[in-house]
Amino acid sequence: MAVTSNLTSIRRSKLPAPLAVPAVLAAVASLAPLAYLIDVAFDRGASYLWGEIWQRRTFDLVARSGLLAAAVTAASVAISVPLAWSVMRSDLAGRRVWRVVLALPLAVPSYLAAFAWISWESSLAGFWGAFLVLTAVSYPYVYLPLTAAFARLDQALDEIATIHGRGSVIRLMTLSARQCRGTIAAGSLLVALYVLSDFGAVATMRYDAFTWVIYGAYRAGFNPTRAAVLALVLVVIALMLVAAEAMARGRAVTTMTSGAVARPRPIRLRRHAVWFQSLALAVAVVSLAFPVWRIVVWVTNFGSDDGVGDVMSALWGSVRYSIVAAAITVLVALPIGLLVARYRSRTSLLLDRSTYVTHALPGIVVAISMVFIGVRVFRPIYLEAPLLVLAYVALFLPLAVGGIRSSAEQIPLGLDDVARSLGSSPMAVVRRVNLPLIAPGIAAATALVTLAAMKELPVTMLLRPTGTETLATRLWTYTTVSDYAGAGPYALAIIVFVAVPTAIATGKR
Amino acid sequence: MHSPALPAMRSSRRFVSLAAALLLAAVVVSCGGDDTASTTSSSMSPATDAPDTGAPDTTDDVSVDPCENARGTITVYSGRSEKLVADLYTQFSAATGVGVDVRYGDSGELAGQILTEGSASPADVFFSQDAGALGAVSQAGLFTTLSPSTLERVAPEFSSTTGDWIGASGRVRVIVYDPARVPTPPTSIDELLDPSWEGQIGFAPTNASWQSFATALRVVRGEDAAREWLQAFAANDPVAYEKNGAIRDAVNAGEVALGLVNHYYLYEKIAAEGADAVVAENQYLPGDVGGLVNIAGAGVLADSDNGRGAQCFVSYLVSDAGQEYFVTKSFEYPLVAGIAPAPGLPAFADLNPPALDLSDLSSIAETQELLADVGLLTP
Repeated sequence: MAVTSNLTSIRRSKLPAPLAVPAVLAAVASLAPLAYLIDVAFDRGASYLWGEIWQRRTFDLVARSGLLAAAVTAASVAISVPLAWSVMRSDLAGRRVWRVVLALPLAVPSYLAAFAWISWESSLAGFWGAFLVLTAVSYPYVYLPLTAAFARLDQALDEIATIHGRGSVIRLMTLSARQCRGTIAAGSLLVALYVLSDFGAVATMRYDAFTWVIYGAYRAGFNPTRAAVLALVLVVIALMLVAAEAMARGRAVTTMTSGAVARPRPIRLRRHAVWFQSLALAVAVVSLAFPVWRIVVWVTNFGSDDGVGDVMSALWGSVRYSIVAAAITVLVALPIGLLVARYRSRTSLLLDRSTYVTHALPGIVVAISMVFIGVRVFRPIYLEAPLLVLAYVALFLPLAVGGIRSSAEQIPLGLDDVARSLGSSPMAVVRRVNLPLIAPGIAAATALVTLAAMKELPVTMLLRPTGTETLATRLWTYTTVSDYAGAGPYALAIIVFVAVPTAIATGKR
Repeated sequence: MHSPALPAMRSSRRFVSLAAALLLAAVVVSCGGDDTASTTSSSMSPATDAPDTGAPDTTDDVSVDPCENARGTITVYSGRSEKLVADLYTQFSAATGVGVDVRYGDSGELAGQILTEGSASPADVFFSQDAGALGAVSQAGLFTTLSPSTLERVAPEFSSTTGDWIGASGRVRVIVYDPARVPTPPTSIDELLDPSWEGQIGFAPTNASWQSFATALRVVRGEDAAREWLQAFAANDPVAYEKNGAIRDAVNAGEVALGLVNHYYLYEKIAAEGADAVVAENQYLPGDVGGLVNIAGAGVLADSDNGRGAQCFVSYLVSDAGQEYFVTKSFEYPLVAGIAPAPGLPAFADLNPPALDLSDLSSIAETQELLADVGLLTP
């Protein structure tokens, strides 16, 4: 197979400066919140820091957050593999519709899903409620890239397996999944980091996790030092996950063939079809239909004070900031994604990995650190749109890098060699060969960042320009006074309008 | 104690190196971003027509009106919700000519933002949902002293001991009960520990008001007694709800016999749905720690660039008009003598709340640890 030859052909050539310089700048800038955290964590001296960490409580929190992250990640992989495989590789009825529908739960904010469930069944509070909600809203981070990977997968292996009598549906699915180990690892990392940094679901479900305590340190303890110390522990856990993912990915190179993959012939599910249909239906109901149904019930039962105009102006706020943020994030991510995919070296891998640090932090921590930096370094744009957008960029950089990286890795390195031998400079290769080929990856990355920014709440609350509203802030305005009917239109608007970029991200293949 | 300015300066140097990189990105953003919103920001254009620095001269005559010569625009960090206070801000602007830019948010997070911003905060006023967040900003030395004429409006137990924040309205902890099932409601939280109430009491474990009550319990009775009460309470299998409003609705619908809430939730429901729709009633707890009176209040930032406007705003909160606003809009208790609470509420003088310094309610983090420890925070 081409797997081995590709591994050896990844060259460790010198990084071209036009890519390397912006990549280094971007990666370093994205670490600004970390610098703030270290600064504040040592505010009261190293002994205070150790005292905070070296507690039974800290270990309990690590265990509880770790357990939740592990369970949600495992469940996400367990449902995403059959879902992605059946909608991309099999003859599942309605698979084109399923493809998009199953990506849409990404549009549901975790705090909203959590409230939809707990207000319906209060006994869900605790681990299982948090597990249910977080799996429902974050599995698309595995599912989405996996659909893309399955679409590109060579069907030759399927045929070989079938010829050798190993063609049962489950075997074929497992076989495909094994070839996409790298994609699964990358998606799992995003899910795990999502769980570690999420506040909405664990707070609503009252699951005693790291983020809940970090928020408490700000909100109730007025103790930024304690919050920073705990956040640093979270960073360490995140770095271990990031390293683990790099190792899992390192052994599995996803480039498969000459690059010209024939559209695979769908595998017939026959009597297994009912299981795949049931799974798809169950996941869609739990993660999408249920919360939407609850919101519609709230609105129709109680009505909302706000008119279409209010929703439209909040929508405009959301769209404006998130699209600008997405465009800039992708621009910033391009050099990093291209370097790590096309010029793999210790440096380029490190650049790629470093973008995950800020992403792993709870929103409130990033928000407070951007307040700190904004007030001191960017006074003229503090509480102005540009700083908010910068914060989004720092927060969502790895989402864009990941999308660009995975699509850039699909281009055979031989293409670059051919172009170089015909006299193109490294940058000309990027411009004329790489960029056109990764256009779908860029579109997907843009969509992913757009929807993440539209859902984002804590950073938006603290950094938005005074007087401007987004869908997420309006949603907060109402949920904070328990007016769920009033929140309904904004919740629906988020889901509907986040569905657009999600559909783009999914439909491109 | 460290001065807030010190780490700031030290860190500034550290961030200079990052500044270059971030600035590059900022330029790009500025080109792409739609900047119409910047017109609403007052922080960029300090009110040049208000040359004073905000701190009123301590020799100020009590009779001086803080709103005299107040003008320009102030930025208010509002921990009180838009639904509750947006009209109040409009009224204030109409009455005084001072414009208000509002940033709404969670009181605790806004306090965290102000503590992080330090002396560079664009905020002129912090209007908080509870005393704890005000106490934190006060402790950091970021508030200035309020005008004497403002401070004298409210009894000292509902303001900061140093005069740098003031209570604007009072919220009383009560037991809301269903009279059909509870003919003689408890008069003390200790009666709630009776086994006859097992599984019959609603409470909101994550709600700030509940946690303030538990903090008051610690402050008034001491750590051990508080733990003892909370353990016994937990043993009585209380029913957890998401919010106060949900407890009130559950009691009204007969799901549980009684619940621990703030007093005004009942009156909100009566106002919204009519007296006929509401069977639940409030039991006030005079003389009991369960009858805690917490406040929502405000302070003026020492580095406000429109100190006069900010002082004027806080004085408006405790003016007759401001107090009447809370009476009719939120059913909270006015804190100014001579202003009557909403009809149906007992007189403020009869509440007889536990004696404690409201600033002590800022130790909520310790309360949360205790609640988690006795199993009342998580299921």
